[in-house]
Amino acid sequence: MKKIIVLLSVIPAIGSLSVVNRVEPYIFGLPFIIFWSTAWLILTSICLYISSVICDRKEENK
Amino acid sequence: MNSSILIITITLALAFYLGIRAKKGREMKLDQWAVGGRNFGSLIMFVLMAGEMFSTFVFLGASGAAYRMGGPTIYIFCALTYIVPFWILPPIWRYAKKHNVLTQSDFFTKKYNSKSLGLLVAVIGVLSMIPYIVLQLKGFQIIVSEASYGLIPPTVAVWIGMLCVTVFVYVSGIHGSAWTAVLKDILILIVIVFLGIYLPIHYFGGIQPMFETLEATKPGFLLLPDEGLSISWYVSLCLTIALGQYMWPHCFGASLSSQNESALRKNSAILPLYQIILVFILFIGFTAVLQIPNLQGGDTDLALFKIAKDAFPPWIVGVVGAAGMLAALVPCSMLILTAATILSKNIYKAVKPDTSNEQLAKLTRIFVPIVSLVSLIFTFYGGNTMIALLTMAYSFVLQLFPPLVFSLLQRNPVSKAGASAGMILGVVLVAYFTLAEATMATLFPNAPHFIQDLDIGIVAITFNLIVMLAVSAFTRKNQQTILEEEPVKRIITS
Repeated sequence: MKKIIVLLSVIPAIGSLSVVNRVEPYIFGLPFIIFWSTAWLILTSICLYISSVICDRKEENK
Repeated sequence: MNSSILIITITLALAFYLGIRAKKGREMKLDQWAVGGRNFGSLIMFVLMAGEMFSTFVFLGASGAAYRMGGPTIYIFCALTYIVPFWILPPIWRYAKKHNVLTQSDFFTKKYNSKSLGLLVAVIGVLSMIPYIVLQLKGFQIIVSEASYGLIPPTVAVWIGMLCVTVFVYVSGIHGSAWTAVLKDILILIVIVFLGIYLPIHYFGGIQPMFETLEATKPGFLLLPDEGLSISWYVSLCLTIALGQYMWPHCFGASLSSQNESALRKNSAILPLYQIILVFILFIGFTAVLQIPNLQGGDTDLALFKIAKDAFPPWIVGVVGAAGMLAALVPCSMLILTAATILSKNIYKAVKPDTSNEQLAKLTRIFVPIVSLVSLIFTFYGGNTMIALLTMAYSFVLQLFPPLVFSLLQRNPVSKAGASAGMILGVVLVAYFTLAEATMATLFPNAPHFIQDLDIGIVAITFNLIVMLAVSAFTRKNQQTILEEEPVKRIITS
């Protein structure tokens, strides 16, 4: 489960570069490529946070 | 005296006070001094690690890079950098706590049961850290002389700054760094977000209009081009950074000061959010491209100060300078602390094993001013090739990654001979590439672009990995007997 979450955060961020390497459309005033890499900062953070909660729970159960 | 100098001076005094006060009520034994007795919670860990990562590079380097490179500068906030530590730091911390490990070199010594391997790691670590410290000091010089409008001579400024840091590291160890880092982070956050939002609005009426003007004046500037700073360059550089970041002895050391594994994971989860402030740095650099054109070469690193002076009165420039000054000094303090610990514990003691713990603690503190002084000398006489040296240093520490990760496996297939051979080869390759100023393109002029654009660090680590596994395959037998000794004994006794 944790691994899936992490893979989900890596593959789109890196794998899709050739598609997202563009200026338009502007989102929140940012060129698309910059918006995209910023968005993944937030999404990665959320994924990692969820993973860390799962890890903590596992440790408690031990 | 103008208001800018006043603000810088007050900030330095405050940082010094916080650094000194941090030791209050604690007895400074070596592990309290070096890893805070391993009782830092999530919040203070976060501040500490952010404190080292967001250095003068963020301030001068990143805005300068945005000015020079344009869109490809997005490599500075690659989210991948924090996924790697999320997985590798908890097992490292667990092992370090169990075996009472204080430094990276100790870790390798214990894991591979080899003092010479630990010594090799220690030497690579210290060699890589000196250019890093010098780069911070060079940044400090630029920041203070720019922010004081040339009134404070750079040499005097560096001496004062370095003295303050040396004293509070000497007195408070890692606690001093942590408290100064809090002040630094607050200031940096305010300054960068403010500049990043205000400047585009001030000059262009908004962030999107700024980008549109940029795209119209310099088409393609915001994108990864097909050649050079291409997608394969971006991906390989992100990998180099992600794998290498926690191989820096000071980052590795700071993660050992965590209270528990959970704090480390939460920390990796929050750091990407902190990176968002780097996006604002891009805005500053991009606005400067349009407003202050024609900065060349090393002057591009002045982009942030040039535009701040253009837009604001001296007291705001003073606040910007104060934030930049702390951005140089806090990482410096962590680096000096770590370098001193490695020098005494992993180099001096490896050579003279009969050193007692009290002697060691004393020796570590003696190394603090020595490291500071050596770095100062390099800052004054080292020339301007530091950026090349830093890139080299980054790729050096990256070479520690393969043997580290393999050592976390339950059955480590790598022998100490394999690990040493791989690391040495990796370091030699990186040094050769840097000194000969070779890139993949000069070596393989006919290769496709996606290969030519690869980062040297990644190429070296690949060779490192191959040699490490090959040598290990031949030397594995000896290693195996050592590893299996314990379980065998257990079987016999039970």
